[in-house]
Amino acid sequence: MEIIASITVGLLVAIGIWMMLDRGLLRVVLGVIVLGNGVNLAVFVSGRLDGRAAAFVGESGAPALAANPLPQALVLTAIVIGFALFVFALAVLKRSWELHDNVETDRITAVAEEPAPDLAPKPVADGHATPARAAETEGKA
Amino acid sequence: MNALIIAPILIPLATLVLTLLARRHDRLATFFSLAGATALAAVGLALVVFAAEGRILASQAGSWAAPYGISVVIDRLSAAMVAITGIIGLATVVFALARDDDPARSRGFHPLVHGLLVGVCGAFITGDVFNLYVWFEVLLVGSFALLVLGGGKRRLSGTVVYVVLNLVATMMFLLAAGMLYGASGSLNMALLAQAFAAGEVPATANAAIVLMLTAFSIKAALFPVFGWLPASYHVAWTPISALFAGLLTKVGVYALIRIVTLFWPDAGIAHDVLLWVACATMLIGVLGAAAQVEVRRILSFHIVSQVGYMILGLALATPLALAGAVFYLIHHIVVKANLFFIGGIAARLTGSERLAAMGGLYAHAPWLAILFAIPALSLAGIPPLSGFWAKFVLVKASLDASAWIAAAVALVTGIFTLLSMSKIWNEAFLKPHPAGGISARSAAGLRPALWAVSALAAMTVAIGLGAGPVMDYAVAAADQLAAPQAYIQAVVAAGGR
Repeated sequence: MEIIASITVGLLVAIGIWMMLDRGLLRVVLGVIVLGNGVNLAVFVSGRLDGRAAAFVGESGAPALAANPLPQALVLTAIVIGFALFVFALAVLKRSWELHDNVETDRITAVAEEPAPDLAPKPVADGHATPARAAETEGKA
Repeated sequence: MNALIIAPILIPLATLVLTLLARRHDRLATFFSLAGATALAAVGLALVVFAAEGRILASQAGSWAAPYGISVVIDRLSAAMVAITGIIGLATVVFALARDDDPARSRGFHPLVHGLLVGVCGAFITGDVFNLYVWFEVLLVGSFALLVLGGGKRRLSGTVVYVVLNLVATMMFLLAAGMLYGASGSLNMALLAQAFAAGEVPATANAAIVLMLTAFSIKAALFPVFGWLPASYHVAWTPISALFAGLLTKVGVYALIRIVTLFWPDAGIAHDVLLWVACATMLIGVLGAAAQVEVRRILSFHIVSQVGYMILGLALATPLALAGAVFYLIHHIVVKANLFFIGGIAARLTGSERLAAMGGLYAHAPWLAILFAIPALSLAGIPPLSGFWAKFVLVKASLDASAWIAAAVALVTGIFTLLSMSKIWNEAFLKPHPAGGISARSAAGLRPALWAVSALAAMTVAIGLGAGPVMDYAVAAADQLAAPQAYIQAVVAAGGR
């Protein structure tokens, strides 16, 4: 049983890494998700899969062949945290699509490498001039 | 006593909730944020006072004995890191009071900063490997949102790089934690350290540790996996990038120090590898900075180069070298955050952070020139500032350990750092402003930012002039790191009732 699970982990990680090497950001994000699930499964398998009974400790102690509850608790935590991070990654993907009009990773990273925009002083109501980030207005969503 | 141990997590968490509740009332939210950051700094300093006596504070969540409860452990290193986190958090919140119409100065700022501080403090005080993973995730979520705060193409593209590479590092860490549990049956750092010392763990556990150290190396931006840092830090709003520059990579360095000193206390092949990695990190980082022409991008590469010094201390593994690493951590966090703050002020006064478009600051704002000179010279290691003592101890430790190449690289890196700082000095401060002059009005509303910067500069001078007590503390912290038995005993003794 562990062998099958371990091979599945290997496959998921391989697929995840292969997808993350893609040029499209969509594939990269999906690859992160696949990789994350592979890792979650690996953590689950680390508690061994030979458990046959729920890990309730009764009067006579823990049952023989009780499943190890700790990796289950760990993987539950990891799934919840991972889900939140994937949602954030998807939000970044959606916004990239809107702002950059394409999701090619090379083009997106090139934007951060461009020279820093100048801060143009602009007058405000009380007569003082304060600097403003020029040409960044499209991001105020 | 238990309340004080858990306070570094509870205070920023409570502040996060309060600032979130008061998000529609800017003044109230700012008040909560300032109060929370002040309280965190105060608790951190109180912990330093306790830890300085040599006691290791340990507590078990829910009073369950060691393998079942999650351990919280505060030794000298953890206490110092919590204190410095509180101070940088406070400086960031104060700096953000300055008038600025960057869209990132929004309602989300205060809750997210304190959310980040929860994760950072949690990582510094936990004694459990999986719990460390959880705190890493907490600080990661906060940093994702802070980095992109304010929006715009530039920030978004920096965030894409940051998010993807940090997610991969985090998953490697999770996989390593799972493997470690599968191999050893425990996740409690103290019990694992005991098992490692007694040789009771199978060899596969060492593979898990290697994977874990790789994940931390990505977080700490070591060569050759530092690429994400200079690609993302320069896009965020000034106080946010200063907070990141001060704290985030150092959480990775702290985790490396903690794991290596606990599990592999004796110098071995891992230390040799770390030594080469440290040398490459120092040199490549500083050479990368030489090619940059924007203030924050230069400083970002210097973060990489400086992290190499701390890892050099860890790799040499002698008590003196570890003391140097601890001293370097404390000194570096203050100096690096301050340089990012000052870079932001300079960019605001001159209207750009491209060196070519900057200038005239020495004539226009001599006070800023002095404030820049203090951390810049400290970073390069000019006596009597804090960086000199940090570098001096590390170079001496390298020479003692006959690591001639490491000592040479450390000294050469110091010279290049000085060159880099004088490049910023010449371009931004001495050279006349290319567009004619600096408008005096752009300094309006900057006063809080100057308070934050002056306080941190004063700290740098104080650490430099009062290096004796700080170095004593660092040496004592290194002694605790070099002899993990006390750490293990504190955790075991803190068992359930």
